[in-house]
Amino acid sequence: MNRELKRVTIVALLMFLTLFVSTTIIQYVQAEALAADPRNSRTLYESYSVERGPILVGGDPIAYSQPSDDDYKFQRVYSNGPLYAPVTGYIPVNGEATGLERSLNSYLSGQSSSQFFDQLNRLISGQDPMGASVEVAIDPVAQQAAWDALGDYTGAVIVTEPSTGRILAMVTKPTYDPNALAVHDSAQVQATYDGLLADPSDPLFNRATGGDMNPPGSVFKLVVTAAALESGRYTPESTFPNPSSLTLPGTDAVVRNSGGGTCGGGGEVTLADALRLSCNIPFAELGMELGDAAIREQAQKFGFNSEFEIPTATEPSVYPRVLDEAQTALTAFGQGDVRATPMQMAMVSAAIANGGIVMDPDLVDAITAPDFTPLQEFEPAEFGRAISEETANTMVQMMVNGVENGAASNARIDGVSVAGKTGTAENGESDPYTLWFTGFAPADNPQYAITVLVEDGGGLGQEGYGNLIAAPIAKQVLEAVLNT
Amino acid sequence: MTDRAGRTAEAPRSSGPPTGSVRRIRLPQRLRNMELWLLIVACIINAAAIVLVQLGAMGRIDTQLVLLGAGLSVLVFGLHIAMRFVARDADPFLLPIATVLNGLGIAMIYRIDIADGESGWESASVRQIVWSAIAIVAAIVTILVIRNHRVLFRYTYLSGLVAIVLLLLPLVPGIGREVSGARVWIGIGDVATFQPGEIAKIALAVFFAGYLVRNRDSLSMVGRKFLGMQFPRARDLGPLLVVWALSMAVIVFQRDLGTALLYFGLFLVMLYVATSRLSWVVLGLSLFIGGAIVASQTLDYVGNRFANWLDPFNAERFDQEFGGSYQLVQGLFGLGNGGLIGTGWGQGRPDITPVPQSDYIIASLGEELGLAGIFAILALYVLFVARGFRIGFAGQDDFGKLLGVGLSFVIALQVFIVVGGVTRVIPLTGLTTPFLAAGGSSLVANWIIVALLLRLSDTVRNHPRLVIDG
Repeated sequence: MNRELKRVTIVALLMFLTLFVSTTIIQYVQAEALAADPRNSRTLYESYSVERGPILVGGDPIAYSQPSDDDYKFQRVYSNGPLYAPVTGYIPVNGEATGLERSLNSYLSGQSSSQFFDQLNRLISGQDPMGASVEVAIDPVAQQAAWDALGDYTGAVIVTEPSTGRILAMVTKPTYDPNALAVHDSAQVQATYDGLLADPSDPLFNRATGGDMNPPGSVFKLVVTAAALESGRYTPESTFPNPSSLTLPGTDAVVRNSGGGTCGGGGEVTLADALRLSCNIPFAELGMELGDAAIREQAQKFGFNSEFEIPTATEPSVYPRVLDEAQTALTAFGQGDVRATPMQMAMVSAAIANGGIVMDPDLVDAITAPDFTPLQEFEPAEFGRAISEETANTMVQMMVNGVENGAASNARIDGVSVAGKTGTAENGESDPYTLWFTGFAPADNPQYAITVLVEDGGGLGQEGYGNLIAAPIAKQVLEAVLNT
Repeated sequence: MTDRAGRTAEAPRSSGPPTGSVRRIRLPQRLRNMELWLLIVACIINAAAIVLVQLGAMGRIDTQLVLLGAGLSVLVFGLHIAMRFVARDADPFLLPIATVLNGLGIAMIYRIDIADGESGWESASVRQIVWSAIAIVAAIVTILVIRNHRVLFRYTYLSGLVAIVLLLLPLVPGIGREVSGARVWIGIGDVATFQPGEIAKIALAVFFAGYLVRNRDSLSMVGRKFLGMQFPRARDLGPLLVVWALSMAVIVFQRDLGTALLYFGLFLVMLYVATSRLSWVVLGLSLFIGGAIVASQTLDYVGNRFANWLDPFNAERFDQEFGGSYQLVQGLFGLGNGGLIGTGWGQGRPDITPVPQSDYIIASLGEELGLAGIFAILALYVLFVARGFRIGFAGQDDFGKLLGVGLSFVIALQVFIVVGGVTRVIPLTGLTTPFLAAGGSSLVANWIIVALLLRLSDTVRNHPRLVIDG
């Protein structure tokens, strides 16, 4: 009988062992995932009942919690809310948080595993629990300059540091005031939210990292130029036939240059001139010669078709899968089904400025516990090498020529060498254009990469173009940051 | 036990208080003294838990409940003193463990009462204290009345009959009551007060032990070999099929999956220990799993439980009004919220989860005491069950061995079914967590089990085996 008993004892022990494991899985392994479930009302109460950590720009809070008299104990306040809304997001009493309030919630609310001992200490020493503070990479001067320069346009401006990927400015318009969504009356929050959602100008979109994705138009020619130079079969002096119109194979579609004529005159045009003057026909020809696979590969090396968390989730930019020749020709000048965010185009410019290496974009510098011990420092991380250093140097020169003596002339700054590329993308037969500028400065020692997006043709329908509206915005922002 | 071998020559101590003619040799009651110290620690833990709940949830101390808890401690010490006379050599760990678990349960139920704004004689915590008192008195009576467990052997078939009657009671019109879908309660008027199935598990354990000791030869000797195992003859399958049918009846008519699993698991383990035939377990498990699968296809409530278990986070299941996964998921959220060290007494929000003081008390404790607290509670159960199994190993009569194993295993299995259900090891079923959960019948049943195990362990110590079989 004792042999059987021994076995039953083992079975009973295994049953308890299972329970030790299952409780550990739930309370330790899955705890953070469970806390992140939007249906988890405990997380919400919890995140309100502790003093949520502040979000800081240059040491000054752009989001902080102050004591309130109601059940939630603390009121979240967003100083300069509309300016920093795409950075902070908001945390409502009902519904889901957005922005850093969402992506760094566990740190801000003091629930992350790295704060475990800190919270234990506070518990033992009788202090109230408190969340960690988040210092973002945003440069307040660049952010304000981008806000001012974008004016009343619908669009976005993003400024990054090419060598690190740190996001120095991220502005999107139209925007909203996160304070209106942080009030503790959930009916009022719902009404405000519904109003913003119904607004046809989509103020809740972060157009710098997502929203209704736009075709990049001519700024995508940078990617195609990179693919050509990287193939080893082309140099800036390679030439292409220079007709004034091109019918795409197997279709009735006709491609024209933006001016309507040939590209700068002559029977043939060089790659350098085609990029400088931003001509469509030579790029359509180049695209068909390269093929969609080579362009896709290059685009993906720059970050297309990848998701980036900055740490807030962003929309991946898209270079479509499997294309025929005509579709490939369209994508070669950024039309067709190519879609890009300003953040993605900033990564392209920054990589060219950074000797060919793409850095992971990142909004946060450091997370610090209330007792000032660092919880997480954000070291620059490489996404990978997109182009060789030689190609990068060549392209810097080509982009400088575009600003000094080409289609991006309105970004010129006295005394500073600016590299840039404009874009004017078509959305539909009669829809307003999407206007772009992407570039960096100073070209010989790049400190700032900038991308400007203006939707709805900047109010000019099909009359607006990148150099008219987007390039001056970039110039104004670059002047502001370079003078500091 | 070798250190106690010399005591076997003494006059039997269980023959009542010493009379003038028999001179009693006073020996130090080492085990009882150890139990006393452990009981004091247990009562301090319980008092601290109540005070911490009050400080955590109300920010002040209310002496009324502390006094009620103190009254309960007096009863526990009463049981201890009774054992000094009638069960001097009983296991010293069982009583303190049951005391701590009972106390922690009361503290958590009280904490939920505070959150729900309940107080006084209507509140679950005060009722739990009253039931605890009744349960401990029942344990004292049990240990005083049953001086030798072999008495129970005589009532084998009576126990079987009692178990069946208890199981059928909730189905009797007039006194049967249905609570959250399961028809396992009896009551008078509007109040559902008692779950006879909890008491039935003791009667069943007694019946199984007695029946198996009587009949195990025919159940284990004959049969044919297949796949390396000795399988029983068809005509010997009777008892297994009867118990299986009983379990299935509980599933179908009482709509109580957990109780069915508990009874059937208890029977299988006792059958295996008695006959040492693994084939019984294989046959039995196949039958039960087959039955459960058929039930999950045909009975809505079983199907829901399975679906919730497999995919609780599914939005449709979460939002389903009846039989959805809302409770399961809220329990997981609560446990997750507790994390490693818990929120502290009175600091979490266990009241968000439905029935946080009964079926879900383990999730409530996990939220406020954390993984550390859950581990401590599970360790207490492990120790309790291990002490019970010891009786099985060291016992000298097969009936006692079987009964000891059965009663200990039923506690282990019940903990597994409840905690495993809450933590998604198995589908969730409604069973009480022994000693912790709110519920009078469960407390009375489990305290009687404590008394029986104490009685069995005392016999083992009193009559040590000379030869331990391999």
